[in-house]
Amino acid sequence: MRKKTRLSRFNVASLALGLAFLYLPIVILVIYSFNASRLVTVWGGWSLRWYVELFNDRAMIEAAWMSLRVAVASASIATVLGTLAAVALSRGERFRGRTLFSGMLYAPLVMPEVITGLSLLLLFVALNAERGFWTVTIAHTTLTMCFVAVVVQSRLGSLDRSLEEAAMDLGCNPVSAFLSVTLPLIAPAIVAGWMLAFTLSLDDLVIASFTTGPGSATLPIRIYSEVRLGVKPEINAICTLVIGLIAIVIVIASLASKLSSSQGESAAPL
Amino acid sequence: MEGAAGAVNAATGQPLLRIDGVVKNFGAFRAVDGVSLDIKAGEFFALLGPSGCGKTTLLRMLAGFEAPDSGRILLADKDIAQALPHERPINMMFQNYALFPHLSVYDNIAFGLRRAGMARADIATRVAEMVALVKLEGLEKRKPDQLSGGQRQRVALARSLARRPQVLLLDEPLAALDKKLRESTQGELMELQRWLGMTFVIVTHDQEEAMTMADRIGVMNAGKLVQVAPPRELYEAPRSRWIAEFVGDINLFEGEFKLRDGHRLVIATGGAGTLVAAEPREPIAGAKLSVAIRPEKVKLSRRAPVGEGSALNQLDGVIADICYLGGATTYKVKLDTGGMVQSSVTNSARLDVDAYSLNQQVVAWFTPDDCLVLDQ
Repeated sequence: MRKKTRLSRFNVASLALGLAFLYLPIVILVIYSFNASRLVTVWGGWSLRWYVELFNDRAMIEAAWMSLRVAVASASIATVLGTLAAVALSRGERFRGRTLFSGMLYAPLVMPEVITGLSLLLLFVALNAERGFWTVTIAHTTLTMCFVAVVVQSRLGSLDRSLEEAAMDLGCNPVSAFLSVTLPLIAPAIVAGWMLAFTLSLDDLVIASFTTGPGSATLPIRIYSEVRLGVKPEINAICTLVIGLIAIVIVIASLASKLSSSQGESAAPL
Repeated sequence: MEGAAGAVNAATGQPLLRIDGVVKNFGAFRAVDGVSLDIKAGEFFALLGPSGCGKTTLLRMLAGFEAPDSGRILLADKDIAQALPHERPINMMFQNYALFPHLSVYDNIAFGLRRAGMARADIATRVAEMVALVKLEGLEKRKPDQLSGGQRQRVALARSLARRPQVLLLDEPLAALDKKLRESTQGELMELQRWLGMTFVIVTHDQEEAMTMADRIGVMNAGKLVQVAPPRELYEAPRSRWIAEFVGDINLFEGEFKLRDGHRLVIATGGAGTLVAAEPREPIAGAKLSVAIRPEKVKLSRRAPVGEGSALNQLDGVIADICYLGGATTYKVKLDTGGMVQSSVTNSARLDVDAYSLNQQVVAWFTPDDCLVLDQ
């Protein structure tokens, strides 16, 4: 039986300070999105006025729709490619240069976004590709694939190899062993990887602004260009909606990975 | 202890599984080095050896997880060396059980049957049969992480038996169980094997386990199969000094061959003076020999035994160490000739007034027939 340790006053104070530092700006943004006043800095009472105005702003709605499509498409492609990469790296034979390959896979994690964006722009220009939905989607797939691979690979690493062997022993060929045993066990990690890729794509401004073309701005690009002309209360409203969406996705992702690790315990060797 | 069915089949049966000159390399390391072995139908066969001796690799080649670099593996006269695991009528019980954590006990046992395309009703019947066989009634709906270690072991056993393989491979099946449970499970496994008449090949590093369960034991060392024999023969007539030392405890005295006296050999040893030993069945190669004697065959007495043959080996010494083990006591006797000899004495009475004490003068004696003569 563990005795419940109570938080000391110092702990409570430092926790409050830390959380305030992280979340106070966001809370202020959310509150001001319900501001009735036209001026961003002056409080004029509660109102849903800016949300109504937001839904009448065609350009903003189009940008949001574009962002959502890009996020779903790139997250889905990145999940398939990232999972395949993770499987190849942790399950395949030890081929030459394996360490180099897994190192290269993680490079986008640490690469400055400006460089990734610029190099992709140069590629698309060289290929003479028309910049728009597909170029942004491909760019975001490049960015997020490695995150999916990392999540899935860590799950595969904790999975007992003999599970697949047992499946093969009991009549599965390698493919059906993967589908009937490995895939259900890594599914939570794959879901978590998809969610991560989705939020990363939704958030991205830098790479998208390098790789998009005229008339297909994503939501962050749209917001950024509006803000340069002065902050409108409408921006607060759209940001509040984005925060809500991302919070929901992150909660689902963490629940999925929690489920994944609790299932893994029985797979560990005794 | 030999299984009744195993003994019958061992006498009449054709070899079911024939391993012929199998070699397996991992890079520059030769894990299995030219192993040839016949395993008969219905036999309980144990592969015994220290860790890293290649026994698990050999088992994995039988299961199909590794392919031999050369040599053949024949199952009922069909070469299966290159066949994939799912193409062989062989199943394996894994050391860590490898139960599918996302499936219930029922689905774990039914897994192999579904892959074999068995009808739904037949699967239900077979699973119920297997569950009853391993006494897991009422736990069918549980997930593996809701079971105890012993129950998981039973699920793994039921799952590997469900397809009724021709050969069941068991990789250290009892290693994860505690001592009491291990002993009762050993008995259950033997009963099950006899009742099913199935061929079992077990890999273990635990010699007591191998001795208790197996009809025959194959001892492996450094990738080679060094002796294949029934447990008694392995213990009483080990073929080499390495096996004698690996299986059970033994006293070893290195010495030189002096002369032959009928069927007796006289050997001058460094630690125990001149010893007389019965001539071994196989002719001895050189003059440099070892005389080996199991501790339970070394008797102790206060005075020299009278009325025994003059060829009896008698060694004077003092008790140097006493190790009380409950059922028996092991005495270490420091010999006047310089060596050390271990004697294991059964504690056959509760109040043992005859127990020896430290530094007591004793005579350790043993017959020439109990001695083994081995090459150094």
